[in-house]
Amino acid sequence: MSTPVAIVDYGIGNVSSIRNMFQRLGVLAEISSDPKVLASAERLVLPGVGAFDTGVSNIRSRNLGGVIRAHAVEKKRPLLGICLGMQLLFEGSEEGSESGLGLLAGAVRRFPPEPGLRVPHMGWNEITLTETATLFRARKDDAFGELTRPLSYYFVHSYYVDPKDPTDVAATATHGVTFAAAVERGNVYGAQFHPEKSHKYGMLCLKNFSETQAC
Amino acid sequence: MLRPRLIPCLLLREGRLVKTVRFRDPSYVGDPTNTIRIFDEMEVDELLFLDIGAGREGRTIDWKLLEGIATECFMPFGYGGGVRTIEEMGRLYTLGAEKVVLNTAAYDNPALVSRAAERFGSQSVVVSIDVKADVGRPYVYVDGGRRRTAADPLDFAKRMAEAGAGELLLTSIDRDGTFRGYDVALVERVASAVSIPVICCGGAESLEGARAGIRAGASGAAVGSMVVYQGKNRAVLINYPAPKELREAFGAGST
Repeated sequence: MSTPVAIVDYGIGNVSSIRNMFQRLGVLAEISSDPKVLASAERLVLPGVGAFDTGVSNIRSRNLGGVIRAHAVEKKRPLLGICLGMQLLFEGSEEGSESGLGLLAGAVRRFPPEPGLRVPHMGWNEITLTETATLFRARKDDAFGELTRPLSYYFVHSYYVDPKDPTDVAATATHGVTFAAAVERGNVYGAQFHPEKSHKYGMLCLKNFSETQAC
Repeated sequence: MLRPRLIPCLLLREGRLVKTVRFRDPSYVGDPTNTIRIFDEMEVDELLFLDIGAGREGRTIDWKLLEGIATECFMPFGYGGGVRTIEEMGRLYTLGAEKVVLNTAAYDNPALVSRAAERFGSQSVVVSIDVKADVGRPYVYVDGGRRRTAADPLDFAKRMAEAGAGELLLTSIDRDGTFRGYDVALVERVASAVSIPVICCGGAESLEGARAGIRAGASGAAVGSMVVYQGKNRAVLINYPAPKELREAFGAGST
C-alpha cells in the first residue's frame, strides 16, 4: 500500500498543522520518520522550522537523506519543502556550515540589514507568481477559483533561498529585497511561507500538491 | 510589504468563549470551535487565545480544548493562560501554536522568557503586559489583573525585550471591553522604547480605532469586543473586516 502523502517527521517543526490541513482537504497524510513508510509514499512533504544545521543533522541522524533523494531524483515523485524544509533542498546556507540536500542549485541567504526592516520577516505578505508557476496557481475548476484578494501567505523566516537557475522561481515576495517565495523544478517544489497557516490560500497549494504525479 | 495585523483576541474560560469589561464580568459569547471556523472563513490574520481561568483555582492548561482549537486553526495562533514552564511551551508549539503568551510567569520568572527564546526562537515568545492606572500612575498588573506590581510599563517592556521576548501584547485594563479606543499615549511610549513589535489591546471600537493604534507605532492591533459584538448594545455577532476593507484601512506598512 502506498501512502498518498507522507510528512517527514525529523524532530523539527510543526508537522501536525500540515496534516490537519490535508485532513480538511480529504487527503490521507501520514506523519512518519520511518524510511520504509516514506519510501512508499507517492508524495513527500518536508516541513521544518528552526536552524539550517539542526535540520541537516536531524535528517542525517535519522538516515532520511537517502530516502528523500531517491524519492525526488530516482523515482521522480513530487516533493514539497516548506519553510526550512524548502531551504534544505538547496546546497547550503549562510546560516550554517552543513551541506543541504542539493536537490536544487543555489544558496540560502540572510536578509541584508536595512534601517526600519524587521527580521524575521513575520506576517502576511503577498506573492507574485511567475509565468511558469503551477502549484501555487488557482484553477478555474476548483473550489478556490474565486479568491478575494491577491495571493497572500503567512511567513516567518530570517533567510531566503537564492536559486542559481532563475527559472526555478515560481513566486516572489518583497521584504527589503525581492526574494523567491516559492520554487518549482520538475517534481520538486518549495514554499518559504506556511501554506498550513494560510487559510484557503494554503489549501490551494496543498490541494494542488495532492494531485501532482511523478514525472 | 507586510501589512499590520488585526488580531482577534479571544478569551477562554472553562472551555467557553467569554468577553470581559475591564477584566471583569465575563459574559458568554460562544463556542470556541465554531467561532474559529467563522474566523477562518473570514481570513483573519492571526488569532490569540487567552484562557483567563487557567492558573486560577488550581485549574491548569486545558490541553483537550487546545487540541481541538489547533485542528481547526488554519491560521497562525497564540495561546496564553496558566503557562509556567518550558515543557508546557514546547507542548503548545508541537500542538500547532505559533506563539505562547507569558504574563505572570514572565514577571515572576524573567529567566523563563530568555530560556524560551533560546530554545524556540524569540518570534514565538510573546510577553503580555497588562496596564492599569492607580492614582494617576500606570502600573503593570499580573494574575489576570488582580495583582499590582511595582513595575512601570515602560521599564518592564524594555526588560522583557532585553530578556528575549519577540513581541509584546500591551493591554490597557481600564479600556478592556469599553469601546473607548486604545490608550494611544501608552502605545506610543512603549512602541517607541522597544524595537520588537508591539500589539496594542484594550478598547478598540472600530477599524478606525484599530488604525489609531497602528499609527501610534503598534505592529498589530488586537480586538475583542469589536469582533464578537455587533454595536454597543453587545449583541453577539462574530465579525471581521473584509480583506479588501482591511487592505484599504491598513495598507502596506513595514512592520
